[in-house]
Parts: sequence; C-alpha cells; structure tokens
Amino acid sequence: MKSRLRVNPIACDGRGLCAELFPERVRLDDWGYPIVDGHPLSPELMPLALRAVANCPKLALSLDTIES
Amino acid sequence: MIEPVAFTQAEANLIPDDASWEPEDFAHHLARYGPVPTASPALIPEIQASGLKGRGGAGFPAGLKWRAVADRAGGRGVVLVNGVEADPTSGKDRLLMTARPHLVLDGALMAARSVGAAEIVVGVNRTAVEAHRAMAAAVSERREPVRIEVVGVPSRYVAGEETALAQFVSGGPARPTLTPPRPFQRGVRGRPTLVHNSETLAWAALIGRRGGAWYRALGSEQHPGAMLVTVAGACARPGVYELPCSASVGEALARAGVTQAQAVLIGGYFGTWVPMEPSPSMGGDATEPLGSNAGVILALPAASCGLAETARIMSFLAGESARQCGPCFNGLPALSSVMARVAVGRAGSAEVDRLRRWAGQLTGHRGACHHPDGAVTLLESALRTFEADLTFHLRRGACQGSRQPSVLPAAATEDGWR
Ligand SMILES: Cc1cc2nc3c(=O)[nH]c(=O)nc-3n(C[C@H](O)[C@H](O)[C@H](O)COP(=O)(O)O)c2cc1C
Ligand code: SF4
Ligand code: SF4
Repeated sequence: MKSRLRVNPIACDGRGLCAELFPERVRLDDWGYPIVDGHPLSPELMPLALRAVANCPKLALSLDTIES
Repeated sequence: MIEPVAFTQAEANLIPDDASWEPEDFAHHLARYGPVPTASPALIPEIQASGLKGRGGAGFPAGLKWRAVADRAGGRGVVLVNGVEADPTSGKDRLLMTARPHLVLDGALMAARSVGAAEIVVGVNRTAVEAHRAMAAAVSERREPVRIEVVGVPSRYVAGEETALAQFVSGGPARPTLTPPRPFQRGVRGRPTLVHNSETLAWAALIGRRGGAWYRALGSEQHPGAMLVTVAGACARPGVYELPCSASVGEALARAGVTQAQAVLIGGYFGTWVPMEPSPSMGGDATEPLGSNAGVILALPAASCGLAETARIMSFLAGESARQCGPCFNGLPALSSVMARVAVGRAGSAEVDRLRRWAGQLTGHRGACHHPDGAVTLLESALRTFEADLTFHLRRGACQGSRQPSVLPAAATEDGWR
C-alpha cells in the first residue's frame, strides 16, 4: 500500500507553505497555488509529506492511499 | 470544401430531424414506443451488453455506473436526470425533454427499479422553460411508485457537473464539490445517486424495450449505438440529428447542410477545434467517427477568425468559474485576457509563450472539477488549429476575420448559484 499527496483546491488558499516544506513534490503555479506531484511517495519522502500535511493551515493537504 | 457524404437516413429512434417541439403525451408515447417494460436488476447486464455510454460528455459506460449504484443503493438510491445543458452550443437535451418527456421518464424509472432507487429528480436548466413544463406535465400523467420531482437549475456552465447538480438539488449552491465521494457513492442528500444525461436515459428506455443487441447494432463494432448530435454555427440546417456513433463528423455536417467550413469545434466549449483541411498532423479530420464525446459540432465559416471565436468562448468560461479553486479563478481570467489580446492583434510572442506556460500549469485536474481542464483543452486546440492565423496576428495584427460577427450561439445571461 502506497500513498500519494493530494490537495483540496477548494480549501487551499495558495499561500504556498507546502512548497517550502516539501519542494520535492510541490511546486507553485504563477499565482502561488500548489501543483502537487501525485505519484506514489517513496518511504524516504513520507516524513516530509507528513510534515507538509500537518502544517497546512487550511487542512487542504492529505495523503491518499493507493492500491498497488 | 467539405465533400458531400452520402447517407441514408435510417428511421430515427429517439427523435426525427423535423420533430416538432410539441410534447408527446403518455397515450401517444405508448402508441409510438409500446408499453413500459417492467425493469429489474436483470436490465443491468442488458445495458452493459448494449455498449451504451453516457451522453453528458464524459462517455462513461452506463452499465458500469448502474452496477456501481446498484451495489450501494439498497432501495434508498436516487436517479438524478441531468438536463442542465448549459453549453450554449448544445440543444439536444432541451429538444428531447420537450418533445419526448415520457421517454426520458421511462429510462429514469427503469434505472430506478434496476439499481434500487426510491426517488427520481429531474434537473432542468431554468432557461429551458418548455422542457421543464413538458417534464412536469409528463410526471403528472403517470402513476408511479417512486417519487419524481422536476427541479429548475441555475443556468451556469458548471451547474451541470454532476456533484454541482447533486449539491443543488440537495438544497445547496450549484457549485461542484470535492471528490471523492462521487455521486454514485454519496450524492443527493447523501444517498447513492445515479446521475445520467437525459439522452442516456432515453436510450436506456429503448434498450429496455428492444434489447442491448438492438442498440449495439445501430452503430459499428468499435462505435456501437446511436447518438444525438447538435450541429451549430455556419450551416443551412442547424439542429439536432440522430446518427450512428460510427458515423463521421463529415456525415453530421452534411446532414446539417454545411458546405464550407475552415474548422469545426467538436464537443462544445470543452471540445477541440479540428481543421477541415484533412491533416493528420493536426489530429483529425472530417472522416473521424463521431465516437462518444461529439454531442455538439460547431462549424466555423471560412471568413471567420478561430482565434477571435476562441477568445469569446474563453471569456464565457472564465465568467462561469464557480470561483472556489485558485487555479480556476486565477487561471481562466488570465488565459482569457491574453487570448482577448491575441484576438485583436495586440499580443506579442512573449505573451503567447506565457499563455502556453499557463495552459500547461492549469491542466491535470487542478480544480475540484474539470472546468479548467476543459477550457485548456479548447485553448490548446485553438493554438494548434489556427497556428497560421496566430502567426499573422502576432506579426501583422488582427486579421479580417476577427471583425466578422460571431457564429457562437448567444449564451443565457448570467444566473446565480441558487
Ligand atoms: C463543468 C462541467 C459541466 C458539465 N455539464 C453537464 C451538463 O450540462 N449536462 C450533462 O449531462 N453533463 C454535464 N457534465 C458531465 C456530468 O458531470 C456527468 O458526467 C454526466 O451528467 C453523467 O451523465 P452520463 O453518464 O449520462 O453522461 C458536465 C461536466 C463538467 C465537468
Ligand atoms: S499549505 Fe495548504 S493552503 Fe497553503 S498552499 Fe499548500 S495546500 Fe494550499
Ligand atoms: S475548478 Fe472551477 S468550476 Fe470547478 S469547482 Fe473549482 S472553481 Fe468551481
């Protein structure tokens, strides 16, 4: 079972904290809204992903489990 | 120049070309199509075997959706008929719901019995007054064991997106919601909901009577069945035509009396521009089969400017954002304003580069619904198809065609979200 990062675009306010915390998987568009790489996360990246999820002020980030 | 394509007009099943907009009452309906079959879960494999695909744009196999709702509904499901049709180029749902309301109801009732739903909600665009009246009159003619409600829906482009429609008929705004859950999991008032375009259900009503093999045989092995296509723009006989799904775009154009067009927009405002000079490198030509997503074909006359028309559509789509998601409420107005400058010949190549970069950033399901993706698909196809015009506009300013009147159908005036 693997996870991937997802953003709820309705909740997200585009301040971009996630891109600072997790640049490996999040970049920002020209308006500062996150473009999230939805590929499965490797075990090494999980701690960073969890930290980004925990720190999103809008609770807009989540981890989706995907059946492999 | 479009080659005239020979076609034999087979007897129309849903609606003839010259159909009147007179609603057909229940007695005439029964005389035309025969009694309403008693549907049961046994109809689901028949729908699956028919190859019927959703006619609301996404082309998802209907049988799979019935199965998914049936697995969850347990008698408390809802069938939600999508008659929003807020794309100004499309007219088939209005025509169908106005002229053949009982056929749409039959399909909804059969679906309700098959998947285990106790309630049917018919969502009709508020501006489609006749369709609403005909559906409501048809409901009052029937005595059915399920609750049937006809609801007027705001005429907003995204109100026809299935989660927006489900939220609206549940008492909320007609704005899309985050998925999952999709309506088949949790839809109208939290219940498993089967959402179908009105045409999909009308075909289901005929499959229930005549069988899946009958429907399949209307088309080819690869493109089974038949469909309604609205042809608009530069044509002698704009209107709604029933065609096999295996028919070509050229056949649809010939039916509507299109004799010349430089390009066609296939699939409405979320669709793709395709040049009419057959050119494989550009991704298609008039010999392509209609397939399942070409419910609308808009013909662009030779004298018009495809960039100017696209700028108008982009402006409409930007105005139709539900303004919930950053990529949509920032991105679409930005694309639209550059496109407007391109259309009038004021944009430089740096701006067009930015347009392409933005288009790249805004795809890949960045919004809660596919509104941005649809708009970007349209824009990118325009930049491809009208590449030569784009070069002209960049170097020499707006072309003659950009001063032609628009061939786009007028959009309804802006509505609210409730
Ligand atoms: C922005 C947007 C607008 C839509 N508008 C409509 C519509 O007006 N009518 C419709 O039937 N489907 C519309 N759809 C598709 C619906 O979400 C859904 O896929 C469809 O109603 C399912 O019915 P079908 O399986 O019979 O195609 C829209 C989708 C999007 C993303
Ligand atoms: S931290 Fe959260 S709210 Fe901020 S941009 Fe990222 S996802 Fe959006
Ligand atoms: S993507 Fe646009 S139209 Fe769709 S829900 Fe978000 S803001 Fe609304």
